[in-house]
Amino acid sequence: MGYSGWKVIWQGLTGNTGWKPAWREPDPKPSYDVIIVGAGGHGLAAAYYLAKEFGITNVAVIEKGWLGSGNIGRNTTIIRSNYLLPGNEPFYEFSMKLWEGLEQDFNYNAMVSQRGILNLCHSDPQRDAFNRRGNSMRLAGADAVLLDADGVREMCPFLDFDNARFPIKGGILQPRGGTVRHDAVAWGYARGADSQGVDIIQNCEVTGFVMESGVCMGVETNRGTIRAKKVGVAVAGSSGRVMAKAGMRLPIESHVLQAFVTEGLKPVLPGVITFGAGHFYVSQSDKGGLVFGGDIDGYNTYAQRGNLPVVEDVCEGGMAIMPMIGRTRLLRSWGGIMDMSMDGSPFIDKTHIDGLYFNGGWCYGGFKATPASGFCFAHLLAKDEPHPTATKYRLDRFRRGAMIDEKGVGAQPNLH
Amino acid sequence: MIINHPHLGPRDAQEFVYLGDASLMDRPDWQDENAADNFHDYLYLRDNPDGEHRELWYHEQGDRSWLVVTRNTLTHEITRVELARDVAIAMRRRK
Ligand SMILES: Cc1cc2nc3c(=O)[nH]c(=O)nc-3n(C[C@H](O)[C@H](O)[C@H](O)COP(=O)(O)OP(=O)(O)OC[C@H]3O[C@@H](n4cnc5c(N)ncnc54)[C@H](O)[C@@H]3O)c2cc1C
Repeated sequence: MGYSGWKVIWQGLTGNTGWKPAWREPDPKPSYDVIIVGAGGHGLAAAYYLAKEFGITNVAVIEKGWLGSGNIGRNTTIIRSNYLLPGNEPFYEFSMKLWEGLEQDFNYNAMVSQRGILNLCHSDPQRDAFNRRGNSMRLAGADAVLLDADGVREMCPFLDFDNARFPIKGGILQPRGGTVRHDAVAWGYARGADSQGVDIIQNCEVTGFVMESGVCMGVETNRGTIRAKKVGVAVAGSSGRVMAKAGMRLPIESHVLQAFVTEGLKPVLPGVITFGAGHFYVSQSDKGGLVFGGDIDGYNTYAQRGNLPVVEDVCEGGMAIMPMIGRTRLLRSWGGIMDMSMDGSPFIDKTHIDGLYFNGGWCYGGFKATPASGFCFAHLLAKDEPHPTATKYRLDRFRRGAMIDEKGVGAQPNLH
Repeated sequence: MIINHPHLGPRDAQEFVYLGDASLMDRPDWQDENAADNFHDYLYLRDNPDGEHRELWYHEQGDRSWLVVTRNTLTHEITRVELARDVAIAMRRRK
């Protein structure tokens, strides 16, 4: 059933009785061509593109909870393609282009809103670095505008420009960045995949892999064995414990990231704003709440909740650039488990085990990557070779000295 | 989280800096035949378990000691705190 404005009006006039469930709830079949583990954004997108772009429809997505219960439903919804390195930027720009056509493509309102993302800079060297990043973005076909302090003032007069410690010297603006309704992304991909025949199996936890003479032939679940020619794992924060069931150790640690939302306000923020001296990013949701976040808590955890010191730290970051937020009340906060990779960049790769493929290491920037990650993972699963924009996301890159270290600080699992 | 420091008693985790898996204390031998591989694993790969995890915390805002804390990564419950020094000495003895 296609959705359209007419349909909404018609259903509104007829008591909304004609809507059908957006996807089926099938029982698992004994075997599939491809199994994707994890019905988060990346897993669902991979299934959608496998069916739509690569004609592989005998696919199951297996999810231990309900679809969208992981980070896809917990993030601060920011999308952008403002990376520096050649291993990253073309991939994220590919993702941005997919976002731009996504709603028409999967016929679902994901509220893609390109309201712009502004990264503030607070020193001259930082402006030089932004200049370089902007040029790198434009080389990859993305958009970037360098703003001086007056340019920023015009957009956001409420910022604390003359802060004694971190004065605002300017910023880099990506007008095509913005926010997307995160749950709707999961729902849209789920509906799109389901309508092409993909089975989405919820409440089904993968507890192990079926290995026959060293080849992965399916998964063990709490609802029995399900066989497949290929298994792709996209479980984000659970990457470590799931891949351990295949005997693998990953260059990943699991950490918690918290997010916050305030009471609803009248429109105050034009787009996404990030602090360049501490770690704080904020946007305003369509309901009016300020949605913001900062650093990870910083210790290994699989508990989807954080501790108070980070709440304080994030709010201090907010107060440092935007003292006006001190007047609003925090409504809710929550946490999600991040798969923090050692260089802050992700993996989309075959493993050393035939039939087993891995997608993870997204740290806390994987939402913006959802369309491209799904597309590239589908490409890898279908063709056994990486998509041209994802050739650097290899599991062995540390061994080869080919890490993709955006921050330039070496191996540590607390990068973006 | 409250870390029960062996010398200083219960301290807020905020006073500490976290480093990671306590196996980081066990540096590979650089003269070993497979030193490159061992250092790759040591530097980049992690067990990253759910459940009990032994990990290194540095008491930066306190007595500057390194601790080995045994903590559950599912519940955040801390079951054991040792001085990293003691752990290192015991480790060396075992070798
Ligand atoms: C607070 C917060 C803020 C964030 N903000 C942003 C942002 O502003 N911009 C941005 O780009 N990114 C952001 N991120 C990161 C982004 O949300 C994640 O990188 C991305 O969602 C991860 O991919 P996913 O959607 O596939 O993950 P998930 O939605 O977590 O999907 C993984 C799924 O696997 C399932 N699973 C796990 N184990 C098993 C198993 N054994 N068997 C079956 N299923 C299993 C889980 O239940 C889950 O549904 C944020 C994350 C958090 C937590």
